[in-house]
Amino acid sequence: MSELINSIDTHFIIEALIKIVIVFVIGLLSPLSMNWIERRMLALIQNRLGPNRVGPFGLFQSIADGIKFLFKEDIVPLAANRWLYTLAPVVAVIPAFMVGIVYPFGEKINLPYIGETTLYVTRFNVALLYVLAMTSLAIYGIVLAGWGSNSKYSLLGGLRSSAQMISYELSLSLALIGAILQAGSLDLVNIVNQQSGWWGMKWFIFFFQPLGFLIYLISAIAETNRVPFDLPEAETELVGGFHTEYSSSLKFAMLFMAEYVNMLTVSILATVVFLGGWNGPLVKDYPLLGLLYFFLKVGFFMFLYIWLRGTLPRFRYDQLMDFGWKVLLPLALLNIVISAVIGVLAY
Amino acid sequence: MIPETISFAQILFLGLAALAVVAAFNIILQRNPIYSALSLIVTLCVTAALFLLLSAPFIAVLQIIVYAGAIMVLFVFVIMLLNVRGEESRTDRQRYLKWLAPPLFLALVGEVFLVIRYVQSTPPPIISANNPDINPAQSLGSAESIANSLFTKYVLPFEMTSVLILMAIVGAMLLARRGSKEEIERIEQALAADQVELEEADRMDLVGKE
Repeated sequence: MSELINSIDTHFIIEALIKIVIVFVIGLLSPLSMNWIERRMLALIQNRLGPNRVGPFGLFQSIADGIKFLFKEDIVPLAANRWLYTLAPVVAVIPAFMVGIVYPFGEKINLPYIGETTLYVTRFNVALLYVLAMTSLAIYGIVLAGWGSNSKYSLLGGLRSSAQMISYELSLSLALIGAILQAGSLDLVNIVNQQSGWWGMKWFIFFFQPLGFLIYLISAIAETNRVPFDLPEAETELVGGFHTEYSSSLKFAMLFMAEYVNMLTVSILATVVFLGGWNGPLVKDYPLLGLLYFFLKVGFFMFLYIWLRGTLPRFRYDQLMDFGWKVLLPLALLNIVISAVIGVLAY
Repeated sequence: MIPETISFAQILFLGLAALAVVAAFNIILQRNPIYSALSLIVTLCVTAALFLLLSAPFIAVLQIIVYAGAIMVLFVFVIMLLNVRGEESRTDRQRYLKWLAPPLFLALVGEVFLVIRYVQSTPPPIISANNPDINPAQSLGSAESIANSLFTKYVLPFEMTSVLILMAIVGAMLLARRGSKEEIERIEQALAADQVELEEADRMDLVGKE
């Protein structure tokens, strides 16, 4: 038994555990803060005030909502499949948080008292595919929630979401392949380092991948079920879609959290693959500036989600499918061909 | 029986392997098709974790993306769409299939035995913390080595498989289109017949505001 304990590198484990806790807390805080920002911003766009009573500028509104989620009675509909109904939020939230271990916030920094450390939990040579694998599992949460609720609105929402996410996952992955071809690596840290030229501005979005970026952005919004692709929860047609039967309890909070963490994940992936991650002017001299750039870029994408929600109407379902299969997919294939030709000519 | 030294990886392996076997049994023991599908997803994910233990992250991730993330989503989608209920089993139609099971099982066990007994080859090196300097193209289970063998040594089978899949897609579309047109005509005729046979008692009355 002592050999077993000795075989575990305690320093490595403790460092990894601390980082995992930090990433987990970021994951937990992002829905809270995003929720407040989203509601205030939407209100601004729609000429309203938004939540402004709880705390200064309504800042504590999300915390109040969180407490409500915790203490509200948990109702399971009689006709629902109790087991799947309970399982669905868990299945949704676990893969969403599991992606966190490969978020590359930065490379190496020197911290006082601690010494040199890396700003990611781990890196491995297929990290990008790992992110795609985990986001592809996210669909089960929605599908099971829709089916397990045993209600027609939920079922329709679940069916729509599985069709939509299968369709847009294809163009999402294919859009990333162009960037992968250019970087020649599946490791997120490597991909960011490839974009460090031109005083930190040699981002893939400028350098051969503008089309890929556009396709990725559109597919990512569809993949996270947000406006204008929020067919699975379309309030005006399906009440609440797949989460109609989840009565604002902790289970609903988990579905909600999974959605926001997935948004964070695709935003981080867009930043890392197309916007150069932590790269930017002067990062070589001031490494901490990279962290600021990174969060600004991710923040831009999160803002974009709100902006789109405030300004765009919803797609019609057949238009959504047509757009995914007849426009985005061929364009993504074209982008791969272009990237491959450029890659052959350039190297 | 229990070895004196047991490594952390071995403990992980035993736990995961037990989970995989239990989930695999659950696939065939469950009567509700959606539970079977979910058990299969668990089995596939655990198998991916086993690949990770073998230092083959690329295969592990592909296992999740292709099987758990794509194929099983389609399975679950179809089960949900058709709303197959638990007791709708089709065992009586395929009764002869169960006589096929024992020989197939024996063949599988025999194959595994033969592979373990007679195939002896030194596995290619694996990139790990101990030897990080290996060229990824030569290591086992990396994206580079798999791509290399797919596009050089196995290029013909690989391309033939893709053509086969393309044929299957085109065939499926052809069947679906032909079927649906006849189906729509049949339904339209049935509806017309219903309307002709309608009696006054079947009609709905509008009650309320004049």
